[in-house]
Amino acid sequence: MKERLQELKQEALVKVKEATTLKELQDVRVAYLGKKGPITEVLRGMGKLSKEERPVIGELANTVRQDIASALDEKKESIEAEALEKQLAEETIDVSLPGRPAPVGGPHLLTSIVEEIEDLFIGMGFEVREGPEVETDYYNFEALNLPKGHPARDMQDSFYITEDILMRTHTSPVQARTMNAIDGSKSVKMICPGKVYRRDTDDATHSHQFTQIEGLYVDENVRMSDLKGVLDRFAKQMFGEDREIRLRPSFFPFTEPSVEMDISCKVCHGEGCHVCKKTGWIEILGAGMVHPRVLEMAGYDSQKYSGFAFGMGPERIAMLKYGVDDIRHFYTNDIRFLKQYHKA
Amino acid sequence: MFVSLNWLKNYVDIDQLSPEALAERITKTGIEVDGLERFGQSLTNVVVGYVESCEKHPNADKLNLCQVNVGEETLQIVCGAPNIAQGQKVAVAKPGAVLPGNFKIKKAKLRGVESNGMICSLQELGIEEKFVPKEFANGIFVFPEDSEIGAGVTELLNLDDVIIELDITPNRSDAFSMLGVAYEVAAILDVPIRLPQNSVRTVEEKATDHVSVQVEAQENNPYYGAFIINDVQVGPSPLWLRNYLIAAGIRPINNVVDITNYVLLEYGQPLHAFDFDKFGSNQVVVRQAKEQEKMYTLDDQERTLSSEHLVITNGSTPQALAGVMGGADSEVSDQTTTILLEAAYFDPQIVRKAAKDFELRSESSNRFEKGVDPNRVRLAGERACQLLSQYANGTVLDGVAEFDQLDYQEKTVTIWTSIINARLGTDISNDEIGDILRKLNFDYEQDGETFTVFVPTRRQDITIFEDMLEEVARIYGYDNLPFTLPQGGAQAGGLTKNQQLKRHIKSFLEGAGLSETVTYSLTSKGRVNQLVSPEIQEELVSTVSLAMPMSEDHSTLRLSLLPEMLGTLSYNLARKQQNIAYYELGSVFISKEEEVTKQPEEKLRVSGALTGDWITHPWQQEKKQVDFFVVKGILESLFASLNIDVQFKQAKLDDMHPGRTAQLFINNRSIGFAGQVHPTLQKTYNLKETYVFDLDLDYVLEIHKNEPSFDKIPRYPSISRDIALVVDEEINAGAIQSTIQQVGGELVKSVQVFDVYQGKHLDAGKKSIAFNLLYQDPERTLKDEEVEASYQAIIDAVANEHQAELRG
Ligand SMILES: [Zn+2]
Repeated sequence: MKERLQELKQEALVKVKEATTLKELQDVRVAYLGKKGPITEVLRGMGKLSKEERPVIGELANTVRQDIASALDEKKESIEAEALEKQLAEETIDVSLPGRPAPVGGPHLLTSIVEEIEDLFIGMGFEVREGPEVETDYYNFEALNLPKGHPARDMQDSFYITEDILMRTHTSPVQARTMNAIDGSKSVKMICPGKVYRRDTDDATHSHQFTQIEGLYVDENVRMSDLKGVLDRFAKQMFGEDREIRLRPSFFPFTEPSVEMDISCKVCHGEGCHVCKKTGWIEILGAGMVHPRVLEMAGYDSQKYSGFAFGMGPERIAMLKYGVDDIRHFYTNDIRFLKQYHKA
Repeated sequence: MFVSLNWLKNYVDIDQLSPEALAERITKTGIEVDGLERFGQSLTNVVVGYVESCEKHPNADKLNLCQVNVGEETLQIVCGAPNIAQGQKVAVAKPGAVLPGNFKIKKAKLRGVESNGMICSLQELGIEEKFVPKEFANGIFVFPEDSEIGAGVTELLNLDDVIIELDITPNRSDAFSMLGVAYEVAAILDVPIRLPQNSVRTVEEKATDHVSVQVEAQENNPYYGAFIINDVQVGPSPLWLRNYLIAAGIRPINNVVDITNYVLLEYGQPLHAFDFDKFGSNQVVVRQAKEQEKMYTLDDQERTLSSEHLVITNGSTPQALAGVMGGADSEVSDQTTTILLEAAYFDPQIVRKAAKDFELRSESSNRFEKGVDPNRVRLAGERACQLLSQYANGTVLDGVAEFDQLDYQEKTVTIWTSIINARLGTDISNDEIGDILRKLNFDYEQDGETFTVFVPTRRQDITIFEDMLEEVARIYGYDNLPFTLPQGGAQAGGLTKNQQLKRHIKSFLEGAGLSETVTYSLTSKGRVNQLVSPEIQEELVSTVSLAMPMSEDHSTLRLSLLPEMLGTLSYNLARKQQNIAYYELGSVFISKEEEVTKQPEEKLRVSGALTGDWITHPWQQEKKQVDFFVVKGILESLFASLNIDVQFKQAKLDDMHPGRTAQLFINNRSIGFAGQVHPTLQKTYNLKETYVFDLDLDYVLEIHKNEPSFDKIPRYPSISRDIALVVDEEINAGAIQSTIQQVGGELVKSVQVFDVYQGKHLDAGKKSIAFNLLYQDPERTLKDEEVEASYQAIIDAVANEHQAELRG
């Protein structure tokens, strides 16, 4: 009986080895380990054995079973692994083919510049304010120390709708509106970006509609050196830590003193080149200390309060930063232009 | 204003700096220098020559053969200029000279005759054509008789001058004169100023015996002075004077006109010379013009005046439009011998009005408009008299006939060192303040830190403390101001909720594949009424237009962002950019009045325009054109991200495809629309199939609640059921869906369309719509029976309400 079991084991192991599919393997399992298989048959004949022999044969039969079973398991694993490998090989793709694109949009360059400037001033404690694009003559001019007949009104010929209503020529009326709203009672620290309109014929450097960002800080003891410090931080963050600023006299009816801010030319660092027209400097924005009449018209005590204001053109900044050569690009919305600035 | 540095040197020493360094200092301290130009170039070997003889060239009709004495030698020169003549003094470029344009002068033979140099025109010497006096425009230049033979032309013609162009801001009218610039430069460089020596030699005869002055419009003309100069000989001005005018950009005409222009530039005071013999009377009457009164100005134009204009008359007819232009009647000519010279102060506004009405902006009107220095009016007249006597042989009568109510008083402004330092953030001493005032040539009285400044009348712009603050700051130097940061309490700064939300909406749309545009707010009358959303139309009473548009294209304020956006699509399509998805955030403007008298309401909209392919993936043959559902999908997701429920209802709107348009509602309030542009309108923009949306952003911001509430993540399983219904093709999926939702109640978490079919497997006029229903209860596991019961109730309800049959 022993011999028979050994024989069966050898036979089964050979068949396991020869099997190549899971089906064949299953057949082997059923044939040798099934209820009607030869090992079970051998065990059935155990009744004829002696008391001493029975446990020996029983144990042997179990060992044989286990050996066959583990041989079967092992073989099954290897067949499965092979099958997987084959399947994966079949699934291989050409990863160099183009991907399925997700639609890509993005902000307008002017919005990017405006938001960058907003965030920069928010970081210095400023709020963002908005105001109407169609203004009254009062807020657009008179509240800013530009009474009717003032020669500086020539500087910004305007689109009037009626005698008293016009397209705002700058974002400065938002200053006056904001100050008026709080009636001279506390400090104001804000910037206001927005669209403005002037009677200019559209060409490479002029646009009848453009963008402005105005800034205003009114408080007790605001100094001109604070303006210089704030503008210096703005210029360095916006254009680079290696840029210097300078202030030089200018004129705006709503500030006194009034200055223009230049930054050092990034090409020549102040030596003078064709980019900066040999001056070493590039004009960026206008600024100044808020005119006492403007403060008083808004209800502030100009002895107690002082402030600074500044105004800049995002188009100009974009043109300087990215070398855009024609202001009309911002308004024709050529997709090829817009997409250039969708990259982070 | 163009400033000749050679001219400026007569008043201040500027030789310590190069022209470039001087320009930089002027820019940094006071007035922006817009340009710096070398007038000409220094020329060597170009000298004054005397034409001893001038004969026809033996072999050429149009050429002359001249013997020219240039000092050490006499040169034979062939000259083709038509105006060459014996006895002239001319500019001779000797062999070896190099003229502008690198034109080298050599000995040559012209038509067989030796020529040793060239006789030059001003243009050949590098002077711009427009500045060349008319008589020399087509030939050589002839020097005055007293010019020294052999003298270099560089100095004589001022060719070594440097011209700086000042961009003068409206407040600094004082710098519209050479003396004003001289004061400025004197302050910057801390050098003394030399004023012109003004000594008129007059005869005993009095001007007042010949002319009287009467001013009726006294407010508009507080000073009028009339000088009389007899025996004038009109002719060319001296060379130096012509040179200065040319450098300043003014063409020389004759000595009388040139002298008034010279004084205008020197003092900033415009003057006018009348031919007194043609003036028509011996009285000057200044008055407002009469309505419809007519006069001919110097340019021979007939002008129709009104009572808003000021005129200088002879008692009956206007002889000049005050401050703007003289009259043709009494114009100075070559025959003029007696001059009435006007020196006056005209009100800035009245001059401005006339200059604007007649489009006659001139050097004169420009200065009157900005306000001239009261203390220089008579002085300028005297200066002109002096020059007329010197350079036009004039006999100046004694005194001046005048009307004078001018305010000559200096303003006083008080400043305090401590307040100056507090405003600037500086630490300037009393002594430094005093020093700055001295540099500016301002008189002052000092009492400790208090300075009472007597502001000279040339500085009309300085009236209050802050004006003086600026003077101190700029002379002290903005470069010397420290960099500080505001001391005030730390404000938080930041964006408001609405501003954050707007940024969210922008980023969402950009993430969905849309590019932002910025289009013009001003559109054309033709476009303005296109694609206006129903809720805007309802509120609108009138559109808002500009009183004086520059062009029809930008004449009216938009009611919708879409027309201009379609314009940009059209622009791109014309450039072969077919696949475009744009959005824009911006205001539209509506008036609620028939006649606009108030500011229009500004309504914030977010709009989009899409055309062409939405998805392309060529190698897998995938291509999807933009359609209604692309747009709807974007909007649905947008509103989902805002946690706002929005309904799309089939709608027929002007300019939109009647079958592919939805009106959008939130809480039953119209907030815009989405759909395909009507093919007829598409065609006018040369567009293919184009989809748009336009939404009321104000309302979206208003109702948005920024804090999402916490919903528990469901712990119990959901049960999914599909239902396919056959209905008439007119039935909207949305209608069936709302029936399902209503009947299903809270158990039905979501209803999704997953298939729509119409075709050969169904009867004509029928379609099948398949929905997926998701059942879920957050508190427990649902039983099959409840779901089954709900499902049956839904089938009954849709059969009832929409005649829907289950698809077998
Ligand atoms: Zn440079």
